[in-house]
Amino acid sequence: MKFTLNVWRQNGPQDKGRMETYQVDQVSDDMSFLEMIDVLNEQLIGQGVDPVVFDHDCREGICGMCSMFINGEAHGPGRGVTTCQLHMREFKDGDEITIEPFRAKAFPVIKDLMVDRSAFDRIIQAGGYVSVNTSGNLPDANATPIEKPDADAAFDAATCIGCGACVATCKNASAMLFTSAKVSQFALLPQGQVEAKDRVLHMVNQMDLEGFGNCTNTGACEVECPKGISIENIARMNREFLSASITSK
Amino acid sequence: MSTLDAHIPEGPIAEKWTKHKAKIPLVSPANKRQIDVIVVGTGLAGSSAAASLAELGYNVKAFCFQDSPRRAHSIAAQGGINAAKNYQNDGDSTFRLFYDTIKGGDYRSREANVHRLAEVSASIIDQCVAQGVPFARDYGGQLDNRSFGGVQVSRTFYAKGQTGQQLLLGAYSALSRQVAKGRVQMFARHEMVELVVVDGKARGIIARDLVTGELERHSAHAVLLCTGGYGNVFYLSTNAMGSNVTAAWKAHRKGAFMANPCFTQIHPTCIPVSGHFQSKLTLMSESLRNDGRIWVPKKKEDAEAIRAGKLQAVQLAEEDRDYYLERRYPAFGNLVPRDVASRAAKERCDAGFGVNKTGEAVYLDFASAIERYGKEAAHVQGLHHPSAEKVRELGEAIVESKYGNLFQMYEKITAQDPYKTPMMIYPAVHYTMGGIWVDYNLMTTVPGLFALGEANFSDHGANRLGASALMQGLADGYFVAPYTVGTYLADDIRTGKISTELPEFVDAETAARQRMEGFLNNAGNTPVEVFHRELGKIMWDQCGMARNKEGLEKAIQDIRSLRERFYKEVKVPGKMHEMNPELDKAGRVADFLELGELMCLDALSREESCGGHFREEYQSEEGEAVRRDDEFAYVAAWEFADQDPGKAKLHKEQLVFENVKLITRSYK
Repeated sequence: MKFTLNVWRQNGPQDKGRMETYQVDQVSDDMSFLEMIDVLNEQLIGQGVDPVVFDHDCREGICGMCSMFINGEAHGPGRGVTTCQLHMREFKDGDEITIEPFRAKAFPVIKDLMVDRSAFDRIIQAGGYVSVNTSGNLPDANATPIEKPDADAAFDAATCIGCGACVATCKNASAMLFTSAKVSQFALLPQGQVEAKDRVLHMVNQMDLEGFGNCTNTGACEVECPKGISIENIARMNREFLSASITSK
Repeated sequence: MSTLDAHIPEGPIAEKWTKHKAKIPLVSPANKRQIDVIVVGTGLAGSSAAASLAELGYNVKAFCFQDSPRRAHSIAAQGGINAAKNYQNDGDSTFRLFYDTIKGGDYRSREANVHRLAEVSASIIDQCVAQGVPFARDYGGQLDNRSFGGVQVSRTFYAKGQTGQQLLLGAYSALSRQVAKGRVQMFARHEMVELVVVDGKARGIIARDLVTGELERHSAHAVLLCTGGYGNVFYLSTNAMGSNVTAAWKAHRKGAFMANPCFTQIHPTCIPVSGHFQSKLTLMSESLRNDGRIWVPKKKEDAEAIRAGKLQAVQLAEEDRDYYLERRYPAFGNLVPRDVASRAAKERCDAGFGVNKTGEAVYLDFASAIERYGKEAAHVQGLHHPSAEKVRELGEAIVESKYGNLFQMYEKITAQDPYKTPMMIYPAVHYTMGGIWVDYNLMTTVPGLFALGEANFSDHGANRLGASALMQGLADGYFVAPYTVGTYLADDIRTGKISTELPEFVDAETAARQRMEGFLNNAGNTPVEVFHRELGKIMWDQCGMARNKEGLEKAIQDIRSLRERFYKEVKVPGKMHEMNPELDKAGRVADFLELGELMCLDALSREESCGGHFREEYQSEEGEAVRRDDEFAYVAAWEFADQDPGKAKLHKEQLVFENVKLITRSYK
């Protein structure tokens, strides 16, 4: 297969950036999208051009490191996939493909297709944990039964990989889906109850400080989320936030 | 050659750890504030160690090369984590977990360490549940368990096929809590490129800021390497693209011995290789072997027809299928340990029974599980004469609830529906049991340098059992290192801050800079990737699932000449003081090129077959591994010497088995 690639090149946060066009051939349909970029990079190195910088690591859809806005969609066409799980058989031979970084004020570009998502870490640091020390003298794990539907729902929320597709997709660059997934995980579990109020208030506050936008319920985040995190979590976070705002001292 | 002292405490095995903990010196809270600790790597071992040490009051600096500690490759672990909770009342106990692990490791691990691992396993589950890790539960609200290879109890806790993710996010949340408190300083997108040793003690690291390209000096009173395994020496593996041996190898060059480096786990159930530009292999969790049956056609002509695309797996009648694991190992069937399952798959494919285009794949079939679960579900729903379609529908729903994400992952990669047609799988490099030699306290041969998790060698012998890596990473980080690192630091309370202006820091930084400049100024034309791919092929062919003397000797020569060519011909674009992933990769591949040779050397010197190390010269008539306990019941710990990985000196730690009798491992 052959492709024409329009790739965003930006030599650092201060650089204005521009689109460059490259041709790649020798692509096979069972290659992943990132393997296709590998082919491009080997080709560019051979031509004395700096290879395209992009984030990637596990290449099996779980680390959340890969990003890329492909033909106007976070992680490209196809539902429930990260860019590393996107295969070239999803495209037609000869297609023109436009590749940009995830764009959001809170995700500044580092270089080319790589962005800084450390704002997500700071949101977690604001309260995305249960305060328990590692003493080894904790109650037995089965001491508190948890209803299966709650445990399952907490798990579903906890499968967020923190890739930022929700932010990149949202017209407001909102991080509500990401933040609410973590708030929900703990809100659904007895272990999360003690700090529930502070958690939601602090995490939402941090989200705003980082410069993420607000949610206007378009639901685009849920559609583009590679892990299918539901916007029900946003509704749950809103409830938690409201009740915490009213009742906390 | 010398012998090594592992500093194993005296006394009966079940009391060693308790007594040891009772005796170790403590560091007062005021003194802890004066002590700095560096943790390199933020997977299960690193995150949990950094969080725990910070909770205790030490000043912790944690480093990871990813953009966030949450992305370390522990995140990709699928199946589960073992713990001797005996919730299923199926006869599990601390001793049985200890025994299974020693036996599973083919009697090449250290009894005292493994027993400690089994002892703390139950606390790990308590800890994780308290942190809000959403493990799978049954309808009574209790934790659910499943079974893994090489054991006859159900002791594996899980969170669908994302157990590693959930455990790592738990450890990451504990770490984040300490970052928020200012107890941990987090350095993401940083890579350790040198270890700094002052007066024989590990006193810091040189790290490269991967965004700016600057080299930074960081000092500490102790350094913990939690940097994972080195499976990427094979180029294709289930490891993440960034997983590398550099931190461990730099430590090796500065005096840390590498133990049993040839002990590599080739995991039996991975998605087969499809093409030349393939960058990595994807694991299909071992948990699938609870319900999937592995087979190839009985007749060669059927296998040939399948490879030619003229015959489909589902068309093959039951009597024409060879469920070779069930045939060869009736007691454990499809749940034999990984090394045994991998070799059996290779044996069938080598004999011409492989089922995909390349002839290197076997089937993993869920049809009978779907039927069994479907009938069960129909029974529960009171359907007495369900149609075959109804049974299928109900059965698929149950299989979906157990393995949904794995099936989905398989379908995305292969574009085939595993509910309707059997999966195709083949063994792939997955884990390295070998690693940095550590004593009972997880300290390496460099005082003050510790190695935790997959980075050390200690607990899995020559073969790791499924769901044990997560257990070990968290055991080391949450429950072992916080005690044993403190023991070492108790002597350091008067040392004061370590200056980064010491000549050792300057020298280490200079060495790292010169190495990088060397790559950038090289007049070559070949990208780094090409050399890595070539190294991987040598390792897979000669130091993979089966090894022999002739092949290993050839591999050593091939690697040496590849290394020479690498330094002459490699081309690294870009500059030093900027983000430069090709430069990072060049440094990593340079270290793999040295490690590969040491692995072959180790495999050559171990003239026996054990666990994942299968020397063709040492096998029984049935093709089973033949261990030689009289001569090889030791840990081979290699000391770097003469600036040449091939001249490494062998030190032996004799393994003493007082609680387990050495017998031939049998899963028949």
